[in-house]
Amino acid sequence: MDQAMPVDEPVEEEPPPAPLPRRVAYRHRLPTRLWHWINALTVFVMLMSGLMIFNAHPRLYWGRFGANFDQPWLHFKGRPMPGWATIPSTYNLAAARRWHLAFAWLLVAGLVLFLITSLINRHAQRDLAPTRDEVRPSHILEDIRDHARLHFPTGDAALRYNILQKLSYVGVIFVLLPLMILTGLTMSPAMDAAWPWLVELFGGRQSARSIHFICAALLLAFIIVHLVMVLLAGPINEIGSMITGRFRVPPDQPEGSSP
Amino acid sequence: MIGRRRFIATGMSGLLLGGCDRLNNNAQFRGVLRSAEKLTMATQRLISPRDALAREFGEADLSPIFRSNGTAMPGTPEYAKHLAENFANWRLAVDGLVAKPLSIPIQTLRSLPRRTQITRHDCVEGWSAVGKWHGVQLSRILNAAGLSTRARYIVFHCADRFGDKPYYESIDLVDAFHPQTILAWGMNGHLLPVRNGAPLRLRVERQLGYKHAKYIQRIAAVASLAGIYGGKGGYWEDNADYEWYAGI
Repeated sequence: MDQAMPVDEPVEEEPPPAPLPRRVAYRHRLPTRLWHWINALTVFVMLMSGLMIFNAHPRLYWGRFGANFDQPWLHFKGRPMPGWATIPSTYNLAAARRWHLAFAWLLVAGLVLFLITSLINRHAQRDLAPTRDEVRPSHILEDIRDHARLHFPTGDAALRYNILQKLSYVGVIFVLLPLMILTGLTMSPAMDAAWPWLVELFGGRQSARSIHFICAALLLAFIIVHLVMVLLAGPINEIGSMITGRFRVPPDQPEGSSP
Repeated sequence: MIGRRRFIATGMSGLLLGGCDRLNNNAQFRGVLRSAEKLTMATQRLISPRDALAREFGEADLSPIFRSNGTAMPGTPEYAKHLAENFANWRLAVDGLVAKPLSIPIQTLRSLPRRTQITRHDCVEGWSAVGKWHGVQLSRILNAAGLSTRARYIVFHCADRFGDKPYYESIDLVDAFHPQTILAWGMNGHLLPVRNGAPLRLRVERQLGYKHAKYIQRIAAVASLAGIYGGKGGYWEDNADYEWYAGI
C-alpha cells in the first residue's frame, strides 16, 4: 500500500540499513518559517480586531447596500463577540480599526513577499502544488482514512506535505488570504473609486463584507484544525521544526505493524 | 493531558488579551498603529487619480429607507428656531483664509447650479445605504470666496452638539475640490430631512460617513488643524480616536 518514495527530497544522509531513530532533516526553509510566525501573530490580531469591528454592526447582507432597515442574511443582537475574542477586550470600534488597518499592512506585505519568494525558489511548485497522482480520488480517500485513524506519515513521507495538507495550504495561501485582502479593500470607499472593478467583482460592498466574514470563519477553522494536527502529530517536534527548520524524522514502522 | 492543555490555552489567551489591552493603552504603541493611517492615505492617494469618481447608481438602486446616524435632531434652541422658520434665515458663512468672506443664504445655495448624484454612503460601523443627493459643488463656493494659497484644509462647523461639544469635520483640498464633493441641501428628490442634516450637509464620497458633516453653518479655510477644538480635525477624531483620513 505504500506510495512510491520521492526521489528529490532533501535527505541529508544516505539511507541506512535499519531506520535511525534520530534522523534529523531540514524541512522548512527560512522564508517559510519567518512568514509562519509573522502570520501566527498577524492573523490572530486580524481575527480578534475584526470581531470587534463586527460588533459595531453584527449583521451581514448581500448586494450593494445594507443597513438596519434592510434584510440581513446573518443577524446577531447586541454586541455578540465576547471580550476574550476581541481586541481590545471592551467595545471600542476606533481602536479595533487602528489595530486591524495597521496589521493588515503586515498581512499584505508578508503574503506578497512569500508568494514571490516561493515562486522563485520553487517552494510553491515543488512542495505545495499537488501532483496528478495525489489528486486521484482513491489517493485522497486513502489520505483521509490515514488522518481519521491518526496514522501520521513516517520516514521520508513525513518530510513532504500530504495531499490534504497541500490542498488546505494552497486553499489558504492562494484563495482565502487573497480573498480576505481583496474583500477588505472593497469595503474602502476610496479603493472603490480608485479600482471600480473591485466592487463589481464581489457584487457590491455588502457582499464583499459578507465574503470577508465567511473567509475569516474559514481561516479560523483552518487554524483550529492546524493546531489540533500539530498537537496530535507531536507538538515539540512540529513547533521546533517551524522554529529551527530541523525535523526529527519518525522512523518507518517495521513491516507487518500496519497491515 | 487535556486539563494541562486547557490550562495552557487559557493562560496563553489571558496573556495575549491582557497584553493586547496593555499595548492598546501604551502611547508609543498607539503611535505605531496610528502611523498606518498615513501610510494608507499616502498609498490610496498614490493609486487614485485625483478626480476618480465614486460609483454613481440609478434610481433602482436606492435604499428603501436611508438610515440616519449620529445626531437625528440638533437639540439647541437656535436650531429649533431655524426649524420653525423652515430654515428661511439659515446662512452659510465662508471664512478663514479666503480673499472674500461670504455669508450665503440657503435659498441662494439651492439656486446655484446643482449636482445630483446617487451614491453609496458607508458607515464606519460597516453598513451602507444608497441615497440621491442634490447640492452645489464645494469647489464652486471656495472659488467664489477666493482661497488663499496658504489654505490646506476646509473645516465644517455644524449646528449639532454631542454633550457640550459642537460637531465639526475637516477635509483637505484634494477632497474639497473633488467633483463629487458637494454641499447637499436635498435628498431623494426632496429638501434634506432633519435626521439627514437639514438644511445643509457635506457629501465627500470617497470617505466614510462620519466625515459627511451635517447641519453645516460655517466653513473655514485653514492652514493647520491644530488649535481647532481638540486639534485632530473632527469631533470623532478628537473624542474617540477615529482616523482623520477615513478612506478605508
